[in-house]
Amino acid sequence: MISFDDYKDQEPAWCPGCGNFGIRNAFIDAMTGMGMEPHQLVIVSGIGQAAKFPHYVKCNAFNGLHGRALPVATGIRLANHRMHVIVMTGDGDCYGEGGNHFVHAMRRNVNVKLFVHDNQIYGLTKGQASPTSMEGMVTKAQPFGVMSEQFNPLAMAIALDCGFVARGFAGDRAHLAGLFVRAMEHEGFALVDILQPCVTFNKVNTYEWYRERVWKMDGEHDEGDRMEAFKMSLLWGERIPIGVIFRKRRPTYEERNPVISRAPLVEQAFDRSKLAAALAEFY
Amino acid sequence: MRTILEGSLAVAEAVRLCRPNLVCAYPITPQTHIVEELSRMVADGRLDAGYVLAESEFGAASIVLGGSAVGGRSYTATSSQGLLLMVEVIFNIAGLRLPVVMTCANRAVSAPINIWNDQQDAVSIRDSGWIQLFVEDNQEAVDTHIQAFRIAEELMIPVMVCMDGYVLTHTWEPVDMPEQEEVDRFLPPYDPAYKLDPDDPFTMGEMVGPDAYMETRYHVHMDMMEARAVIRRVCEEYRGVFGRGGTGLIDAYGVDDAEVVLVSMGSLLGTMRAAVDELREEEGLNVGLVKVRCFRPFPKDAIHDAIKDFQTVGVIEKDISLGLEGTLCSEMRAAFCGEDSPEISSFIMGLGGRDITVEEIKQVARDLAQNPACRVEFRGLREDLLNGDEG
Repeated sequence: MISFDDYKDQEPAWCPGCGNFGIRNAFIDAMTGMGMEPHQLVIVSGIGQAAKFPHYVKCNAFNGLHGRALPVATGIRLANHRMHVIVMTGDGDCYGEGGNHFVHAMRRNVNVKLFVHDNQIYGLTKGQASPTSMEGMVTKAQPFGVMSEQFNPLAMAIALDCGFVARGFAGDRAHLAGLFVRAMEHEGFALVDILQPCVTFNKVNTYEWYRERVWKMDGEHDEGDRMEAFKMSLLWGERIPIGVIFRKRRPTYEERNPVISRAPLVEQAFDRSKLAAALAEFY
Repeated sequence: MRTILEGSLAVAEAVRLCRPNLVCAYPITPQTHIVEELSRMVADGRLDAGYVLAESEFGAASIVLGGSAVGGRSYTATSSQGLLLMVEVIFNIAGLRLPVVMTCANRAVSAPINIWNDQQDAVSIRDSGWIQLFVEDNQEAVDTHIQAFRIAEELMIPVMVCMDGYVLTHTWEPVDMPEQEEVDRFLPPYDPAYKLDPDDPFTMGEMVGPDAYMETRYHVHMDMMEARAVIRRVCEEYRGVFGRGGTGLIDAYGVDDAEVVLVSMGSLLGTMRAAVDELREEEGLNVGLVKVRCFRPFPKDAIHDAIKDFQTVGVIEKDISLGLEGTLCSEMRAAFCGEDSPEISSFIMGLGGRDITVEEIKQVARDLAQNPACRVEFRGLREDLLNGDEG
């Protein structure tokens, strides 16, 4: 029987009260609840406070370059799609620096779970606006306030027909754990954007601010209706919906790619004679 | 006016005095303070410039490229991974002959990730076609940035001012900040030889095939060779106006009677000066220093002349061309092509923020005095991590 303590690794260096603790707790709850063992997972991350996540959870871990977690996760799945591959990233890492990969991973529908710690600020570099910072937010690097439209990852995901689109809140551990389980159970790429208070650098979107607004929409709309889902994804203000917004079973890249659909690459024998045959035409 | 400023704030102030039209960057440690300060200046109305925080360093470099292409004085700053992400654009800016000025707050390169100082980032892009100037302290950082815009705009070659991350960027030192009127006299408004202008249409960045590509590279190369004289002259002019301001291409310290000459770039020179003074006073060992301020274009002749009469030279550097030796060391050896060369040894130290002490530098000098033979050595390694001991 796998327990919470089996997943505990080094003591996190996040600020006391950081929303990342809630995400970590909910994640471990979800994994233990599913009977998932640390060795069955690989968690891939980039750069940022969220990217420290695999240091603080026992698992196979890959901590790479800023913004580049999704391509690495894609490579891992292409080599061995028996691994459960989870990307832990943040709004700056995934929607800013690595924004192009976000688009194309969803198009490709590789079976990677993307859990975005969305604190609407750059925490690691100490408080500059991120793509999801709200318009007008004043930071040390945006003295006139943010002048760009707030990035909406959920609307973008639905526009790209991403098969699993959800939003969670770091302050609701049980609800978030449930979203993680459903994302893991979904066959295909899954996005969970997680509202995560940054107690040090984001003085606008606080625990209180989110608590006054988040609203569990589960059961209140048809998850399979793309237009309804799109409308839901646009809600941001007095009420912010959390839960599964859109779900659709699409063939995964792993299922569609004839080379790996039979068996993962790592389980396929290396047949040198086929290589010779392929090269023969060049001689 | 003499004041006490953090290195990053001093650089921001120097950049402000140069009246840039466009400032654009992406946050990365240890560079971030520079652009945060510039953004504050824009907000306070002290700097009238376009200011954008980009979505990535690739975006930031591309935005300043665009700003420069339309004739704006454009500035960016980054470090380490940010610089490497910019590389495609860095080559582009140089190839398009756009006089962008950049600060590189030198930091180690991943993997493993490390946010502390060494110089691997800037040294790794030495072939991009940018002028690269390394500064020793915050005063030199201020003076070099003001010179950088002059040099870049005169030659239409971008200039990167390299300053050690944390050691300089996060250290408060007394600096003499020039007055605006003085800077205005030294640095006239930017009047580009060419720019994108709807009234005078012009194409940038078109494909050049085998028929002419090589000549474009030849021109950049010849202008880079020429740049050495320009850098030296601009430095002298600056000295004429401000009474200080860097040392042109290289600087020498106590070399007249030296048994051993040590060479380096950046803030380490300060520690090395202390080591050399102590060796002379306490041990009677005469050690000289050569500071390489200009790394690209490489000051081959100046370095050749500075060390040709010595037998024993040690190059201490915070970078390595893996599989060979320190990059600066290789280039110094190349300055003696076809001639008798001093014994030039490579000492790799201070990677990833490993401290370099006065005593370690003294030991390098003592060892070279004992045994001048040319060699490559790492110094300051932890023995406990070398012998396969796990954990």
